Amino acid sequence: MSAKSRMKASRINDFVIRLANVNGTGSASANGLLMKTIFRMGVPVMGKNFFPSNIQGLPTWYEIRVTKDKHLARSGEIDIMVAMNVETYQQDLKSLSPGGVFLYDSTWPRHSVVNRQDVTILGVPLAKMCNEHFSNARARILMKNMAYVGALASLLELDREVIEDAVHRTFATKQALLQANMDAIALGANYASEHFDCPLPTRVEPMNETAGKIMIDGNTASALGCLFAGATVGAWYPITPSTSLMDAFKAFCERYRVDRETGTRNYCIVQAEDELAAIGIVLGATWNGARAFTPTSGPGLSLMSEFIGYAYFAELPAVLFDVQRVGPSTGMPTRTQQADILSAAYASHGDTRHVLLFPANPNECFELSVAAFDLADRLQTPVIVMLDLDIGMNDWMCDDLEWDDRYRPDRGKVLSASELESAESFYRYMDVDGDGIPYRTYPGVGRKGAYFVRGSGHNKYGGYTEDADEYQEVVDRLVRKWETAATLVPEPVMQRRKTAEWGIVSVGSCDYAVAEAVEVLAREGIHLSYMRIKAFPFSEVVTEFLNQHKRIFVVEQNRDAQLKSLLTLETDYPKERMESILSYSGLPIDRRCVVEAIEASVARGEAA
Amino acid sequence: MTFIAKPKIVHKGLSRNALGLTIRDYEGGMSTLCAGCGHDSVTSAIVQAFFELDIPPYQVAKLSGIGCSSKTPAYFLDASHGFNAVHGRMPSIATGASAANRRLYLIGVSGDGDSLSIGLGQFSHALRRNLDMLYIIENNGVYGLTKGQFSASADVGTKAKKGEVNEQQPIDPVQMAMAQGGTFVARGFSGDKDQLVPLIKAGIKHKGFGLIDVLSPCVTFNDHEDSTKSYAYTRRFFHPAVHADFVPPAEEIKAAYDDGEVMPVEMHDGSKILLRKVSDQYSVHNRGHALDFIRAHHRRGEIITGLLYIDEAEPDMHGISRTPDEPLAQVPFGDLCPGSQAMEGLQERFR
Repeated sequence: MSAKSRMKASRINDFVIRLANVNGTGSASANGLLMKTIFRMGVPVMGKNFFPSNIQGLPTWYEIRVTKDKHLARSGEIDIMVAMNVETYQQDLKSLSPGGVFLYDSTWPRHSVVNRQDVTILGVPLAKMCNEHFSNARARILMKNMAYVGALASLLELDREVIEDAVHRTFATKQALLQANMDAIALGANYASEHFDCPLPTRVEPMNETAGKIMIDGNTASALGCLFAGATVGAWYPITPSTSLMDAFKAFCERYRVDRETGTRNYCIVQAEDELAAIGIVLGATWNGARAFTPTSGPGLSLMSEFIGYAYFAELPAVLFDVQRVGPSTGMPTRTQQADILSAAYASHGDTRHVLLFPANPNECFELSVAAFDLADRLQTPVIVMLDLDIGMNDWMCDDLEWDDRYRPDRGKVLSASELESAESFYRYMDVDGDGIPYRTYPGVGRKGAYFVRGSGHNKYGGYTEDADEYQEVVDRLVRKWETAATLVPEPVMQRRKTAEWGIVSVGSCDYAVAEAVEVLAREGIHLSYMRIKAFPFSEVVTEFLNQHKRIFVVEQNRDAQLKSLLTLETDYPKERMESILSYSGLPIDRRCVVEAIEASVARGEAA
Repeated sequence: MTFIAKPKIVHKGLSRNALGLTIRDYEGGMSTLCAGCGHDSVTSAIVQAFFELDIPPYQVAKLSGIGCSSKTPAYFLDASHGFNAVHGRMPSIATGASAANRRLYLIGVSGDGDSLSIGLGQFSHALRRNLDMLYIIENNGVYGLTKGQFSASADVGTKAKKGEVNEQQPIDPVQMAMAQGGTFVARGFSGDKDQLVPLIKAGIKHKGFGLIDVLSPCVTFNDHEDSTKSYAYTRRFFHPAVHADFVPPAEEIKAAYDDGEVMPVEMHDGSKILLRKVSDQYSVHNRGHALDFIRAHHRRGEIITGLLYIDEAEPDMHGISRTPDEPLAQVPFGDLCPGSQAMEGLQERFR
């Protein structure tokens, strides 16, 4: 049977390729090239990297969804599998959707393993071709990757010029490598054209849907937010998956913050001894009027908790990025989850609540990281930007990042030297304006501004206290400040359907999967409203939306329904009317799991 | 923490410094520590040092962690900003403070519990960064606020008030700092103000991490017989190895010293420290020899004090970070934000 007849009908610009590789073999750049090529052909594309916590030798997968309709979540299907890891052949073959294509290295044919009736199996002798063509041992391994890119170029009708242009850009200064890469692409492309019926019915056709779009990861976008917001102090302890945020910040600072003549740097990055110190450095800096931040992940957030509570009580700004990974404990450091929602919201002992921002894509990572600095300064409290590994580390197609030069940082209520000098008195924790936010001063600014920052009991004058009433006055004011925070944080994003009695509530990187599920379900006659929460504390709008619906599905990526718990705790919407849809395997959520859960709910007659 | 304000009584005869301030302007609230606590003597030495250096109090930030020692910043410089951090974490706050505003004089006061147990890591890393601050450890070998447990600096064989004998090796911040590349390492005794005040002045002026380990007996829990951190023991076994005189920038060196006896060290602001060796065998320039000397005496139960090591040449955190002279917190926003054109140009990278 020919490949074409076994495959489903023509699937142009709407399919998923998964590449199964061994990590440390150079596959990442080949897979990135493949995705970039599709993007540069004007076709919307999604790329997700599922990699191990390891440097070399373990299985790693890369999933590319070619999506003309801009559905940038995983679909839950796999249409083409490029199997480059013998160890996972069986698993990879099994995970392929019926009618799919399985492309593997047939240098060593595995007829007994590579055997499934409802898919097309294409063998390309990648190792053999590379061994014959290249003499260098390292090149023989690396170039197998470029050879399968070549094979896919023929099979999917990828634009060879676009590929070659990308290779040229990458290896512009390395002539030998450039030639080797070009040769490898040609080897694969020619083999596929000669041996298979190219192109496949599942293929790429040029579009014009990526103009004004970029491919960027959320950590890089967040780092740009820190740069543009004017952060000068960054403190951190390396931890996956947040490390690339500080790497990017450093690289941008080297480009935009170094005086070309003197070499002085308008930034100070401190790689601290641990996360306990990283957050301390941030607080020391914000106490002194710098904008400061720390990127971390769940284990780091746990370590920072003591100081986060301190900053809440002593009222110091701080911006934290929690690029969430799979927990509990060390968990799976290179897999994604949204499982720090509750621990971030209430981090530290005692009565504490913290402002959280939930970006859903790199554009929002950028915008919300700028907003985080403004909110932290305005509210004089920690603000935690809740990314996850999926947003943080994967390249997402999104709109160009734009900057409005009219932006001025909101530094909040800070008394200048002259204001201090003319003020009759200054008391650090006095609520002068009724919004629960007191005025502050920076050390070194004036003679009148001195006060003691302390985590111990204090009264509104800033003095130490153990007096019951004085203590309570301060913590009650903090509640008023919290209420002010709810009016300042970004509003949720909503798609209301007038007739819909059910709503979906979700957060962060679930967005594309949920949005696509809403479309799919609408086609089946199941109409839902959708609200994506962008911040905690919840504004009135959040409660309104909930109350407008009889039943709410809460979609999130953790086992214990943490967002649902937070909604239960912080709104008056009845708990029994909320149903969880949870995805917590460590792989980014796909559309299918949302659709199936809601269909099942309908089947049970629980809703609609 | 104190909550008793000290009445400001300035009598006419009180001398004034170059800023026209009296010593009263450098004091803080009333101490709430036990009567006779060594820490109060350290407080008074700090007050005198800042007064004599003519430093405006508002240009100082005082920091501490948790413990008896960490309460003391409330008792000096009440016109300075203060930061009472969480236990053992003051060095990280100081790091951030310095990063944001390098023009502030930072003084941290910690204790042996705060710096050598829970905060050993942060202490060690502030030293490693050569953070520009004065870091005083008020060392009494005991946890006072929790009523008398041994701290990590307790000597082997020393006895607790209730009779328990310590059998674990002590952590000596001076030996640690010497071994770890500290650029200013000193030891004093709360009972010897004449030695302590110049050490504090030099530590304030040192560009980098100025460590002063001050033996500061706890009168309530560790001042009994068989304690190696009591007043009596310290007085008996206390051996100044190097005497330090502090000379402000404009002042001439007046006293006559024989060549070879005195070694002037020039500080970054032009002030000088004159080091006089008290012991012939002590080598203030040789880290290895100095450390051996301190160790050998420690084995005999003797405590070597003075400005034990100084190196003004090593770059501090800002030198290493190549930050501008202007505090980072004061760099105008326009110099920090690359603007819309740069953003536009950046987009090509991501296509």
